[in-house]
Amino acid sequence: MYTAIEDGFYPELQRVQALDAQGVIRAADAGTVQAALARPVLSEEDFLTLLSPAALPFLEDLARRAQAETLRNFGRGIQFFTPLYLANYCTNRCVYCGFSTKRDIKRRKLSLEEVEIEAKAIAATGLRKILALTGDAPNLTGASYLADCIRVLARHFSSVAIEVPSMTVEEYAMQVAAGADSMTMFQETYNHERYLELHPGGPKRDFLFRLDAPQRAIQGGMRSVNLGPLLGLDDWHADVLAVAAHARWLLRKYPQVEVSVSLPRMRPHTEGGEAQFMPLDVDNTVFVQILTALRCFLPQCGITMSSREPAWLRDKLLPLGVTRVSAGVCTAVGGHADAARQSCATAANLQANTGANENGEDKPQFDISDDRSVDEMAADLLALGYQPVFSDWLLGGQGADQLTGGVNQALGRS
Amino acid sequence: MHCDNFVLGGKTLTSRLLIGTGKYGNDALIPEIAEASGAEVITVALRRVDMSNAKGNILRQIPPHMQLLPNTSGARNADEAVRLARLARAAGVGDWIKIEVISDTRHLLPDGYETAKATEILARDGFVVLPYMNPDLYVARDLVNAGAAAVMPLGAPIGSNRGLATREMISILLEEIELPIIVDAGIGRPSQACEAMEMGASACLVNTAIASANDPVLMAAAFGRAVEAGRRAWLAGMGRVLDKGAEASSPLTGFLG
Repeated sequence: MYTAIEDGFYPELQRVQALDAQGVIRAADAGTVQAALARPVLSEEDFLTLLSPAALPFLEDLARRAQAETLRNFGRGIQFFTPLYLANYCTNRCVYCGFSTKRDIKRRKLSLEEVEIEAKAIAATGLRKILALTGDAPNLTGASYLADCIRVLARHFSSVAIEVPSMTVEEYAMQVAAGADSMTMFQETYNHERYLELHPGGPKRDFLFRLDAPQRAIQGGMRSVNLGPLLGLDDWHADVLAVAAHARWLLRKYPQVEVSVSLPRMRPHTEGGEAQFMPLDVDNTVFVQILTALRCFLPQCGITMSSREPAWLRDKLLPLGVTRVSAGVCTAVGGHADAARQSCATAANLQANTGANENGEDKPQFDISDDRSVDEMAADLLALGYQPVFSDWLLGGQGADQLTGGVNQALGRS
Repeated sequence: MHCDNFVLGGKTLTSRLLIGTGKYGNDALIPEIAEASGAEVITVALRRVDMSNAKGNILRQIPPHMQLLPNTSGARNADEAVRLARLARAAGVGDWIKIEVISDTRHLLPDGYETAKATEILARDGFVVLPYMNPDLYVARDLVNAGAAAVMPLGAPIGSNRGLATREMISILLEEIELPIIVDAGIGRPSQACEAMEMGASACLVNTAIASANDPVLMAAAFGRAVEAGRRAWLAGMGRVLDKGAEASSPLTGFLG
């Protein structure tokens, strides 16, 4: 049985969850919203006020402040990365997930040779930041398999992030030694009871082990952690407040670590039929409210925008606080090399929807909405007055290799 | 105007404005910005450099005549800053290095102790070391003793555009430190850069204020002129400031000749 980290986030989460959030939201009016917008540093009450229905008439003001905060802290560069699905074996039974152990899909994991092929296909698009993902199958794709994959990826990318099941400090340290520098962990919902309903079985059911995972990753040497709720699993006010509190708590406890937040909205998983999960609705207006309020509450926190969102909406959301986006996304295992000659996401969706690959059974974890290639996204970004940042390496990875060779030629010097 | 060259790291510069490369919406603007500003030194974060990637290589945008000042952005301690500087030199981007050691991602304030350690190691290695620092007299003295080529105190927290919030502390450095003082970070308006130069700073480094302007090229030109105006004012010697009242330009005792 896991025992929570002694100086971990759990007591702080309990404090935040004991706040009368609904009371603050109900009491909010134009006056408190304007006062919150005028405050240079927002309190938790201010944040909740900006998440209240009373803030909706002030959405444009909120967006203006969010944009100004983002420009000041991050400028007009947007980091590009892409996820790489290494395997989809999974022993968990998350009721909303396309990789759940109960789903009848073809399971596979990439061999190290296949990882290399995928890595080359992705690196050829110019991307230098990769996010490696697996399902939860400790016997098949556990810490040592992941470390082997990371060693391959670190030869092709300057920054390797992982989004994998919760690990121990030692296992995180193993990934850092292999070349990983960042970890992503979505708590999904911070409501303990709801969490148990959504995760009826498998190792992931341990709420506290997951809650402490970002801290253990930092203790294992990760330089950057990325948190997230899955919007649509539970009351979004509570989960957004909790994830913001989590990020702020980590920033204060580990000021040297880069902390960022993703705001994935749940989409129905790819498989239809009886078990299809219908998430609670978080509409576009509320989504903008969440994004901009979070930016104002945590001005220095990175915000990642998922390719779950359609291209047109991502373009509109970018100036409001986003600092990192996925590009050229494919959520099927081994999909990048298959898709080398076309849009990766299109290929994945073809696999999923028409069974066009040789097995006809591979399916992505979730359907993506933004299937733009890296080049298409880069061009669209430039047209918006922003530019993609490919290289933003941390010393933890192999980014230093980027500096070697050809410098004078590139500079046009003798 | 008489000769007022600025010697930094053994190089003679005519412009006292240094510029950066961060936060632009399009790096292709950099050559135009550099030209409009008149700057001859440009800093670039090594973490943004990718020699293997045409798409991501910011160095391609830097005019060849400019002095490249790589910086160690992303380093969290002296060891990492030293590693970055040595990698930069091995890669052929030269011996100049701007030390940035920041282990607080929220306020982005430089760590004086680690900065001094990195400065000492790299100066001994023959680097031209330009450390970014809090305007603290003791840290500045440590940096002088460590072999820095200049000290670069912040005017306000980096990226804040809040101007010379540390004015009093910088004026102490100007009084006590013999190395060139380059005011770095926080300068939001040309008038603030001008004021730093009027105070006697040797130069200013400006990035965010240019990058975040609606028209970065025009703003770069404005900063170039402001820095020059401030420098001329300092050279000219400022008239005295009265605490109160006014004084006629012909003093009452003028008739005594």
